[in-house]
Amino acid sequence: MAIETILLDHGAGGRASHELVKSVFAGRFANPLLDPMDDAAVLLPPPGRLAISTDSFVVDPIIFPGGDIGSLAVHGTVNDVAMRGAKPLWLTAGFVLEEGLPVALLTQVVESMAKAASEAGVLIVAGDTKVVGRGQADKLFINTTGVGVLPEGLTIGAHLAAPGDAVLVSGTMGDHGTTIMAAREGLNLDAPLRSDSAALNGLTAAVLASCPGVHVLRDPTRGGLATTLNEIAQTSSVSMELDEMAIPLDPAVRGVCELLGLDPLYLANEGKLICIVEGGQARAVLAALQAHPLGRSAAIIGQVGTEHPGRVWINTSVGGRRILDMLSGEPLPRIC
Amino acid sequence: MKHVDEFRDPELTKGLARAIAQASTKPARFMELCGTHTMAIARHGLSRMLPPTVEMVSGPGCPVCVTATEEIDRAVKLARTPGVTVATFGDLVRVPGSHSSLAKERAAGSRVKVIYSALDALELALADPKAQVVFLGIGFETTAPTVAAAVLMAKQKGVANFSVLAAHKLLPPALAALLSGPDLGLNGFLCPGHVTTVIGTAPYEDVAKVHGLACVVSGFEPADVLGAVLMLVKQVEEGRAAVEIQYARGVSPQGNPQARALMEQVFTPVDAPWRGLGWIPMSGLGFNPAFAEFDARARFDLEVPPAADHPGCRCGDVLRGLVRPPQCKLFGQVCTPESPLGPCMVSMEGTCAAWYKYRRD
Repeated sequence: MAIETILLDHGAGGRASHELVKSVFAGRFANPLLDPMDDAAVLLPPPGRLAISTDSFVVDPIIFPGGDIGSLAVHGTVNDVAMRGAKPLWLTAGFVLEEGLPVALLTQVVESMAKAASEAGVLIVAGDTKVVGRGQADKLFINTTGVGVLPEGLTIGAHLAAPGDAVLVSGTMGDHGTTIMAAREGLNLDAPLRSDSAALNGLTAAVLASCPGVHVLRDPTRGGLATTLNEIAQTSSVSMELDEMAIPLDPAVRGVCELLGLDPLYLANEGKLICIVEGGQARAVLAALQAHPLGRSAAIIGQVGTEHPGRVWINTSVGGRRILDMLSGEPLPRIC
Repeated sequence: MKHVDEFRDPELTKGLARAIAQASTKPARFMELCGTHTMAIARHGLSRMLPPTVEMVSGPGCPVCVTATEEIDRAVKLARTPGVTVATFGDLVRVPGSHSSLAKERAAGSRVKVIYSALDALELALADPKAQVVFLGIGFETTAPTVAAAVLMAKQKGVANFSVLAAHKLLPPALAALLSGPDLGLNGFLCPGHVTTVIGTAPYEDVAKVHGLACVVSGFEPADVLGAVLMLVKQVEEGRAAVEIQYARGVSPQGNPQARALMEQVFTPVDAPWRGLGWIPMSGLGFNPAFAEFDARARFDLEVPPAADHPGCRCGDVLRGLVRPPQCKLFGQVCTPESPLGPCMVSMEGTCAAWYKYRRD
C-alpha cells in the first residue's frame, strides 16, 4: 500500500524508512553515484580546486509562484558554488520532515528538486531523512551541500572589488522576496508576481567565458541588493555609487512594494547575480549577460570608488543622493 | 506607476529644487510634523537638493517615537498576562520599554501578533474566542478613527474578548505645547497630509496668525515635499505667514467630519504622556463611558512603576528639533537599528533611524 502520510516510523531507520526512501527518493534522484545507497558516495574529483557550500531551506509557504522549497534548495546551493566561479557538480540533500506531512506533497517537492538538479547539470549523490514530531518543524526543511570544481588561475571573491570597477546586476531586483511575502500573507493583490528562483551556473559560465576581468560574483539573496553590496564594499574596503534609475525593477514588484512600504533593494533574489568587473569590460559583461535567457534585463547600475570605504551611495531617481545601508531587523521571516 | 511616477519625475523635482534655490535668499528653518515626511526626505535624498539657506528639522511626528516608555511597559505587562494575545503594528514590537520589549516577550513565549489594522485584531478575537485580544492603539488622528470603527463593530457584534490599550496622540495640542516651549527658531511647518485629511486646516490657523509661522500641508511624494517647501520659502521671502495646501488632491480645508465624528463617538480627549515632551493636556484619547468595556486599562491590571528612559538618550530633544541625531552621544555608537536604545532609532519613520539609514556621512 502506498504511504499517504509521514509518521515518526519513517525516520526511525527501520523498514518504514527504507520503504519511504525507496518509494519517494531513490527513483527520482537516481544516478550511478547515489544508487549503491552506501554510507557515503565516493567521488573522483576532476582537475582543479573544489568549492563547497551548504545552505538550509525553511521557506514558508513551501510552494509558491515560480518554484517550491525543492527547486529553491537546489538553486540556492548551486548558485552559492557558482558565485566563486566554480562549476557545480554534486549535491547532498538532508530532509527534516514533520510528522503528518502528506507524502503527495513531499513527492511533489522531491520531483521538483530532481528536475532542478537535472536542469542545473548536478547530481544528488547523498541524502538523509529525519522525521520530527508534529509542531517540532514546519512541514519540511531541506539542507543541501554543493561541491563544484574551480579551474586553476581563477579567483573570484567579495574582497576583490576595486576602484574603477563597474557594478552590474543580471535582472530585476526583489522578485523572490516580494512573491514570498505576498504568498505568506495571503495578499490578494492581483499582481503578476513570480519568484525568480533559478540556477545561475549557466549564466556565470557564460560571463566567465567571455570576460576575464570579473572580480566579484554574488547572488543577492537575503537582505537583497543593498545588503550584499554593503558586504562587498566593506570586505573590499571600497565605496560604491549607484544610479537608482538604472536598477531594473519589475513593475508589479515595484507596485506591491510601494503599497506595502517595502524597499525592493532589501528583498531577496534567488535567480539574479551581481557582477563587479573591471570598468573597461562592463559592456562586454553586459552583452554576455543579456545574451543569456536569465540575464535579459541585466544592467550596469553603478561603479566602485574610494570615497568613504565601506559605504554604498545611491543617486536617487528624483535627483537626490543618499546612503544605501545594510538591512536592519527582519523585513520578512523565512523567505528561503 | 500611476499616481506615483508623476510625482517622481526627475525633471519636475529638479525644476522644483532650482525654483527653491532661486526663491530662497534668507535663512529659513522648517519642521516636518510627520514621520512619513521624515522618511520621504531621507529616502529620496531631498535634503541634498535644498540650498544651504533652507534647513529641515524633524518634529514629534512619528507615532512610535512619541509613545511614552510607560506605555511600552504596559504592553509588556499585558503580553505577560496569561490568556492575552497582544495585537500590534510591527514597528512597536522592537521598541524597548524600561526592562523589556514585545519582541523579547514574544521570544519568551508570549503571544504577540503583528497585524496591519485594528480590524485585523478584531478578526483575531473572533477567530479565537478563548484568547483575550488586546490591540495596541497608537498613532495620530489618521489611525484613531479606524480604531474607533473597530471598537464600534466589536460593540455591535458583542465581542467580549477584544479590547484596546489606547495610546493615541492628537497633533494640535502637541503643536501648541511645542510653540509654548523654548524658541525653536522655526519659520514654518511642513504640515502632515494624512492627519490633515482628518482634522482639516483649522488647527493651523493660530500657528500662522498668532505665532507668525508659515504652514503648508504637504503630500508625501518627492515632488509634493519639494513643492510644499517652495511654498514655505515663498511665504518667508514675502514676509507672510498663512495656511496653504500643497496636497490638494488629498486634503480639503474642512478635513473629514465623518472620521472625526466616529473618533468622538468612541473616544474623548485626555491628558497624555509624550516621549520627550512630557504630559500634554488633552493630547491623548480615552474611552467614552459608553465604550468603557473595551478599555484594556479597565479590563486588566496595567499599573506599572514609573518608567526609566536610558540615561543619555536624547530622543526627547530630537523630537522637538532641538538637536540633530548625531549630536546625541549614543547615536550610532551604542544606539543602532540593531540594538535601539530610544524609540527614534526603532521606528522606520524615526528621525534617528532615517538619519542612520540614509544620512550617516
